Amino acid sequence: MQDIGEAFHLALSLVLSGDADLFEIVGLSLQVSLSATLIACAIGLPVGALLAVSRFRGRGAVLVLINALMGLPPVVVGLLVYLYLSRSGPLGFLGLLYTPGAMIVAQTILIVPIVAALSRQVLEDLHGEYAEQFRSLCLTRWQSITTLLWDGRYALMTVGLAGFGRAAAEVGAVIIVGGNIDHLTRVMTTAIALETSKGDLPLALALGIVLLVIALGVNAGVQMLRMSAARQASYGAAANV
Amino acid sequence: MTFARLIASTAASLTLAGAVAAQDTSIIVQSTTSTANSGLYDYLLPIYTGESGITVNVVAVGTGQAIKNAENCDGDLLLVHAKPSEEKFVAAGYGTQRTDLMYNDFVIVGPESDPAGVAGMSDVEAALAQIAEAEALFASRGDDSGTHKKEVALWQAAGVDPTTGSGEWYRETGSGMGATLNAGIGMGAYVMTDRATWISFQNKQDYSVGVEGDEAMFNQYGVIPVNPEHCPSVKIEAAQDFADWLVSEAGQAAIAAYEVDGQQLFFPNAAGS
Repeated sequence: MQDIGEAFHLALSLVLSGDADLFEIVGLSLQVSLSATLIACAIGLPVGALLAVSRFRGRGAVLVLINALMGLPPVVVGLLVYLYLSRSGPLGFLGLLYTPGAMIVAQTILIVPIVAALSRQVLEDLHGEYAEQFRSLCLTRWQSITTLLWDGRYALMTVGLAGFGRAAAEVGAVIIVGGNIDHLTRVMTTAIALETSKGDLPLALALGIVLLVIALGVNAGVQMLRMSAARQASYGAAANV
Repeated sequence: MTFARLIASTAASLTLAGAVAAQDTSIIVQSTTSTANSGLYDYLLPIYTGESGITVNVVAVGTGQAIKNAENCDGDLLLVHAKPSEEKFVAAGYGTQRTDLMYNDFVIVGPESDPAGVAGMSDVEAALAQIAEAEALFASRGDDSGTHKKEVALWQAAGVDPTTGSGEWYRETGSGMGATLNAGIGMGAYVMTDRATWISFQNKQDYSVGVEGDEAMFNQYGVIPVNPEHCPSVKIEAAQDFADWLVSEAGQAAIAAYEVDGQQLFFPNAAGS
């Protein structure tokens, strides 16, 4: 238990002393996981929206599959991406292995199912409310999808955060495709794994605390964005009246 | 921000990340964990990079995985500690040439209570037999690493098949040295580790070295550039330059100078090979 108190103290002094290595690692963590989240949203949201408004044979099976893929083990994703990006693999010529790019690819694959499955649920519920109106306005499927995505944007931010949380917290995939190389591909989670294996538990825990604070910061940022947007929307509505 | 712009900006950062890695003179070393976890690279690499301008990126995994990755051409240089596997690697044409680099030794660490009564022994075969006889907990790497291969060979020499007690007193963690030490110490088990990892390990609790000093516990590290004939992508000139520096007088002196808590961790012996 003594370690935990020491860890909080260490976390604080690491941050306050402006430890350059720490900030480099934090920066890379954010760069990789935010990039992966953005790409995953660009792929997963349209897929989720399309599934929400479409009815076709085998839809149930597709939903089960996408929901099941939310549980993809990071280490399996890492291994698959490694096999593809390895110099002896089909995409080896890209030279992406052991770069942040490879880590972004792995995390994107990991969280696309999460974004797709959760946004499908959110938008399907919304579609239930809107379906009547859509029919009366004779909207095309494309128009319905864009309307749903826009009107559901606040709920979809939470979906994006779920994806970001998963990406920022995983270690299994990035340690395989990134290699945990100092000053190149070391991120928060792989640094924590490394310090744990060195037996430096207080430092590992301190890094964990810093990671938690970063996640808190990202979530608070999105929350503020949401609130100010909602306020503006209500002003706008009031002005129109 | 539109999706198109989001995609464009992230795609840009993706290609940028790839381009930076390709542009610099940098090599990838597939390495065993002990040399990384003990801080040796943190000490050596700034010296080497300062002299040569070549950046050395270390991927630290178990010896088994390091060799596998190098066979897949995902590294320019191999630095591991399992001589028979290394010789096989070179013989199969994956590496150009193996050179002895340095050595240290393996030790068996145990808790203060010493349930098998092996503390102070130097005959490792007798100690292992005693641990098996007492069915005292023993945590093994179980991951095909250099340390694991050595441990399996020592059990064989001791005439004991510990896997009959697998899951009982013989616990195969299937993870790295540090993780196995954490687990072994947590359950009060004996653990075989290389001395460098042990000295720099910071979660020792009431553990100390119990068995040491047997010639059979000698731990030789070797360095092998990956063969460009097998892997055209390999940066052989830079890899060879780093390998040459490691075995040069300057490199060997730097290895010898690295200490943790006043103890030398690795003993250079390239000249002898």
